Amino acid sequence: MTMITDGLAENGRAQGAAAPARPAVSRSAVSSGEVRDYFALLKPRVMSLVVFTALVGMVVAKGHIHPVIGFASLLAIAVGAGASGCLNMWWDADIDAVMTRTARRPIPAGRVTGEEALAFGLTLAVGSVLFLELVANWVAAGLLAFTIFFYVVVYSMWLKRATPQNIVIGGAAGAFPPMIGEAAVTGSVSVDTLVLFAIIFIWTPPHFWALALVKSGDYARAGVPMLPNVAGPDATRLQILIYTLLLVPVGIAPAFLGIGGVAYALVSALTGLGMIGFAWRVFRLREGDPAMKAAQRLFAFSILYLFLLFAVLLAEHAFGLGAAFRGGLA
Amino acid sequence: MSGVLPDERPEKAVHQPSRPEAPERAPLTPEEVKRRRARNLAIALTLGALCVLFYAVTIARLGVNVLNRPL
Repeated sequence: MTMITDGLAENGRAQGAAAPARPAVSRSAVSSGEVRDYFALLKPRVMSLVVFTALVGMVVAKGHIHPVIGFASLLAIAVGAGASGCLNMWWDADIDAVMTRTARRPIPAGRVTGEEALAFGLTLAVGSVLFLELVANWVAAGLLAFTIFFYVVVYSMWLKRATPQNIVIGGAAGAFPPMIGEAAVTGSVSVDTLVLFAIIFIWTPPHFWALALVKSGDYARAGVPMLPNVAGPDATRLQILIYTLLLVPVGIAPAFLGIGGVAYALVSALTGLGMIGFAWRVFRLREGDPAMKAAQRLFAFSILYLFLLFAVLLAEHAFGLGAAFRGGLA
Repeated sequence: MSGVLPDERPEKAVHQPSRPEAPERAPLTPEEVKRRRARNLAIALTLGALCVLFYAVTIARLGVNVLNRPL
């Protein structure tokens, strides 16, 4: 569920410091982890983006949900996302330990054991799915369960270490939350949230590959076959450009399907042009520091791009800002 | 009332399953005790919040039917 990366800094702690050696034997039967370590296992930044996109799925849904049920459903989706992040950290602890971006995570840093993370993640995964079934419906709960399965088993355990297309296919896991949100409201899934799914799905490769260009050394050390390490940086730059060119029209599509209004059309077009501009710079600048900076800027802008698209949809639907205009382009 | 005082009671043969010898554990440091207390507090607060949430969800789902009961 958490294909959206949580940025270059983890847990708000100092980067670059060497991870302390993992104790061979626990000196006590009691966990040594702090509460914030368990919270960090949930990948809170990713969780917040999942909640945000699920909320948008809820507000674009053609139906009504009691605010308490809506809040409880969002909480279940958030905990499910956190559970999948936790299980991902449990499975990937070995490669997290050799990557500077992830070496300070609780498991490689030795603050939480793998067994503790596994138990914590499984408990939250089962609990979140059952809770969503209780408060909403089995369609939403089934989608949440499938999303956790897809992220942990299909992406983390299988694709991530097997193919450079890992984040292309695995990106589906991060794209499901709007559909889960709609299912919590209506008990089904419509074209509206399928389009939102498509936006996140196509957005994931340029977003992730921009990061992979910057951190290719990390991924190489960890033995993760990211596209820059397998096909080379230039092929990756071309793929980023192609996916960005595909993304922009899909990003504008909600304006023509009656999901977004005029404000959405304007924002999606302008930020889409921005995405193409940043992707073009990544494609053109191939050497040295300018190339790294171009990739970093695309990575940062891609987060802003997705946030703005969903924020405008949220504003138009939840606060009625686009009610007067919505449907005008459809 | 057998007249046998508690401290005079004959020892009963109690079945004691053989247990693996527990590994020696180092005593918890003050820092570990503090962390455990914080974790326990977090679990307690989470469980309390869940109780409130279940109550609120129940009321929300029942709606006006919450008053529909024999008096």
